[in-house]
Amino acid sequence: MKKSVFLGTLAAAGLMAGFASAGTLDDVQARDALKCGVSTGLAGFAAPDANGRWEGFDVAVCRAVAAAVLGDPEKVEFVPLTSKVRFTALASGEVDMLSRVTTWTFSRDVDLKFTFTGVNYYDGQGFMVRKDLGVASATELDGATVCITTGTTTELNLADYFRSNGMEYEPVPIETNAEAQQQYLSGACDVFTTDSSALAATRATFENPGEHMVLPEIISKEPLGPLVRQGDDQWADIVRWTLNAMITAEELGVTSANLDEMAAGSDNPEINRLLGTEGTLGEMLGLDNDWAKRIIASVGNYGEAFEANIGESTPIGLSRGLNALWKQGGLQYSPPFR
Amino acid sequence: MAMADQNASGSFRLSMLIYDSRYRSMTIQVIVLIMVVLGVVWLVDNLLSNLSALDKDPNFGFLWETSGYDINQRLIEYSSQSTHFRAAEVGLLNTLLVAVVGCFFATLLGVSIGVMRLSKNWIVSRLMTVYIETFRNVPVLLWIVFAMAIFIEVFPQPKAFRGDNATAHMIGDAVAFTNRGIYIPRLEFHEGSSFVVYTLIASIIGIFLFGKWAKAHQEATGQILPTFWIKLGILIIPALVVFFVMGKPIQMFYPELKGFNFKGGLHLRNSLIALTLALVIYTSAFIAEAVRAGIMAISKGQTEAALALGLRPKRVMSLVVLPQALRVIVPPLISQYLNLTKNSSLAIAVGYMDITGTLGGITLNQTGRELECILLLMIIYLTISLSISMVMNIYNNSVKLKER
Amino acid sequence: MSGQSYIRTEMLPEQPAPLGETGIPHWLRENMFSNWLNGIVSVVAMAFVAYVLYLFLPWAIQGTWGYGSRTECLEAVGGDAACWGVIRDRFNQLMFGFYPYAEQWRPMLAFVLMLVAVAPILFDKLPRKMLMFSALYPFIGAWLLWGGTIWTPLMVLAGFFIGYIVFRIAEGLLGDLVGIILAILATVIWWLFLVGPVIGFLGGTEATADAAATPGLLPWGIESVKSSDFGGLMLSLTIGTSGIVLSFPLGIILALGRQSDMFLVKTFSVIYIEFIRGVPLITLLFVAHVLLNYFLPPGTSFDLILRVVIMVTMFAAAYMAEIIRGGLAALPTGQYEAADALGLDYWKSMRLIIMPQALKISIPGIVGTFIGLFKDTTLVSIIGLMDPVGLTNAIRGTTDWNGIVWELYLFIAVMFWIFTFSMSRYSMYLERKLQTGH
Repeated sequence: MKKSVFLGTLAAAGLMAGFASAGTLDDVQARDALKCGVSTGLAGFAAPDANGRWEGFDVAVCRAVAAAVLGDPEKVEFVPLTSKVRFTALASGEVDMLSRVTTWTFSRDVDLKFTFTGVNYYDGQGFMVRKDLGVASATELDGATVCITTGTTTELNLADYFRSNGMEYEPVPIETNAEAQQQYLSGACDVFTTDSSALAATRATFENPGEHMVLPEIISKEPLGPLVRQGDDQWADIVRWTLNAMITAEELGVTSANLDEMAAGSDNPEINRLLGTEGTLGEMLGLDNDWAKRIIASVGNYGEAFEANIGESTPIGLSRGLNALWKQGGLQYSPPFR
Repeated sequence: MAMADQNASGSFRLSMLIYDSRYRSMTIQVIVLIMVVLGVVWLVDNLLSNLSALDKDPNFGFLWETSGYDINQRLIEYSSQSTHFRAAEVGLLNTLLVAVVGCFFATLLGVSIGVMRLSKNWIVSRLMTVYIETFRNVPVLLWIVFAMAIFIEVFPQPKAFRGDNATAHMIGDAVAFTNRGIYIPRLEFHEGSSFVVYTLIASIIGIFLFGKWAKAHQEATGQILPTFWIKLGILIIPALVVFFVMGKPIQMFYPELKGFNFKGGLHLRNSLIALTLALVIYTSAFIAEAVRAGIMAISKGQTEAALALGLRPKRVMSLVVLPQALRVIVPPLISQYLNLTKNSSLAIAVGYMDITGTLGGITLNQTGRELECILLLMIIYLTISLSISMVMNIYNNSVKLKER
Repeated sequence: MSGQSYIRTEMLPEQPAPLGETGIPHWLRENMFSNWLNGIVSVVAMAFVAYVLYLFLPWAIQGTWGYGSRTECLEAVGGDAACWGVIRDRFNQLMFGFYPYAEQWRPMLAFVLMLVAVAPILFDKLPRKMLMFSALYPFIGAWLLWGGTIWTPLMVLAGFFIGYIVFRIAEGLLGDLVGIILAILATVIWWLFLVGPVIGFLGGTEATADAAATPGLLPWGIESVKSSDFGGLMLSLTIGTSGIVLSFPLGIILALGRQSDMFLVKTFSVIYIEFIRGVPLITLLFVAHVLLNYFLPPGTSFDLILRVVIMVTMFAAAYMAEIIRGGLAALPTGQYEAADALGLDYWKSMRLIIMPQALKISIPGIVGTFIGLFKDTTLVSIIGLMDPVGLTNAIRGTTDWNGIVWELYLFIAVMFWIFTFSMSRYSMYLERKLQTGH
């Protein structure tokens, strides 16, 4: 696609933006940067540190894709997106992929025309309350004031849950997680509801986490995962198998520490196929055969990324739970590399 | 006029479209029209091709689908089973509520501060200067989040009112300040209450008539009646009589702490109060400046003349200076009302569900209909703004100096 | 009689004023306690000030500037004092966003140069030659901020010269109006079709999907910085300044359009101005955020900051137009008549007589618009840009500073206050100076 018309005024500002062409992969490689949509600031999942470097579990997925496609996990241009704009930004080509705690739902997949490329975190909506409220179950919350972050599936789930249980509530819609946390802590709302991972993350940062509890009810399924535009199957495959490579690496015991040793060749043919010492899986994706090696070298396998960003050793302190490997009773399961 | 004769003789040349001043403006207008039409066509064409590439078509049908979300503050019936259209209506009413209440209090506060700014009391006028300079020089968005943070952090939780050793108490068992908002008694209207309301309306009409009569009386005889007390009497006494005759049909319900929250009273949510408060203090600083400029614009001779006539300083203000200053004050006042209304769209920052929060917020998010939602949103704000400026312009014309 | 004088020859020493008519007590009585009501008001006011200071000062002063996270800070100061450490920790971010550290001299230099550029506009005592620099500044500033090859600003600037030359030639041959139309046409064609290849030829191109990078003939330039790295106060200033600068020509055209006798031109101008002024800025930012890409040819995509600048420019243009219209209306009709009497045509009279005067009286209004716009740039936080307010969310979203509220807001408020207050003082000074009445 030859574009001879050059919008000079844009060039004037030195801000020429690329033209989207058919293949996202070509675009990304030509640009030598991956544009990845992330949250505007959610502890553990995506937030910039003091040096402006983005960190978090969602960020790790972006970096992994960049490592696979461009060979450098730092070649990511992070685009912080509010929940309002995330889908438009992806649809209009402003970002190449979205890794922004986004729930995989029917209408988003079918009606909004996106392709979800897997689940990097299995979540569900939960409730957090103060222990001294004396509530042991969500069914006792009749009449409570509930803080919710707007623009997500959360408020719909909440409306459904209270309606189906015949209970009243007072919703307090809030734009950002930080704001919601402030309101909850000062007692402006009795209950804080959001994805239970975020609840745990939030609770962990409290001064006295012991005074708060997450109620046992999980009122929704929230499979969070990266997504891309529909219609570019090659790109969708790359993002999907990047995530799968991370999961498979954990399953096979390949870590960033023993990567070189493993890559030298092992007795397990699947490890060899994954790391490109056997077969041509990478080339089938349109990449080279070292793609998975680069992913693991940059962000580690799934378990390592999890532990580094949101795991029990971090202030967020999430346990693996549903996100343990299928062999350990969780749901994380990658199709085989074959 | 040789030129005109020449042209009248009918020899029209193409170059006259540019060089002849009679045709020139027509030529320019045609060029402008063509350019504007081309521009619009280009935009719409881009829009349609972009939308078709995304498999979307402009369609307002989503407005009649179930919204699925709840709204805390609703002035009309609404539930999560209502339509998106209904949600937009709820939001619109909330916007109007903030705008009306905000404009009212901003005027009240702004005028008082503007007058006090000119006070002879040094500390008062300094304090008012500090007020004006502090509040108008910081973005209103910051004031909104600030006000919200103060409400949340400073006021007690409803929990604090509970138990024997409660740390917070209701004021007169009727009003409770909590960090979820302020709970005040609610009026309940029973059968027969309509008579009380009608009486009240009749009284207000009566007050107007009385005021007119008193003025005519004063002009005719020079007698000044104590209108304030008589007006107050007209307002209260008939309504009270009817109230008791009908057997107290209007009752107060006091808020009570039940379960998690106060129940029974009227709940003024802190999002509403914080938003209104922030808009009021921000706008009032501008209004105060306008008022001050208006008063300063009245020449000193007017005040001196009034004082020489023997009017007391208070009357000089209310009879001589303010009526004249009003003409200078009203135009900037209108634009401040407009600004306040437009700034109320920042409600989104504190979770107040105005039209931007419902139609331009949750509805947009849940349906993914950006184009339709934002278009509607703009039309609604435009209508509100144009109505405000129209009403205020009518008023402005009525107080304008009529030169004879 | 002789020798006796009844006139005192030397002055008596000055007597001190009676006690209570001078000094602090007198001043106090005069200005604060002239009657009992005034006295009560003064006391209440002072008590109020004292109470506010009592609430605020200990908290602010006892606060600590140390510590790298809120938890550590709270442990150290124990709850009732400020944790200013967050400002120290994130100062650079609050100022420059994610702008590369090594390149931060560029926005600072751009800022200093901006002060130099506005100086001759704001203070008419400075030599008029400096206005040349002011006219060039937008290009210098943009180049410093975004970087890239030096040819981009130069070639865009060349468009104006091309336009001017075409105008000069065409004006002589075909007249004023045709000259202007041709000049605009030539400039637009240059910008749309020729600037890109020329810049590519001189400065080199980046790789695109279907072409490899080519080295330029004279690849002079500085490292280019993506606008997604802009943030903090710098972003607010960039958006505010470019909004005002870019909206200036548009505002003049709209103001002239609204004053015009031509029905269509006037109608379009009025519709545009009233539409923009009738909707809140946030809806226009929503347009920039989610809709603007729909209105551009399929495949084009600007980054968000550029889209915001476009919408903010459109927004500011409407307000600018009204200010300039006010300036035009304030000119005595004698000026218009004099210009007509001299036989100047419309454009000449505007250029030489009306506009210079009208713009001069509009300056306080323009400064006022800029103040408003600068404050309104905080709204971009709602659409996810990292201006100072937007950064508070990001900072509060990190585990280190989770839960911090007042310190950040206070710092940002003070930052904005300093800027807007000094600008409003300036505009008041100017108004006083322009006031030629009593």
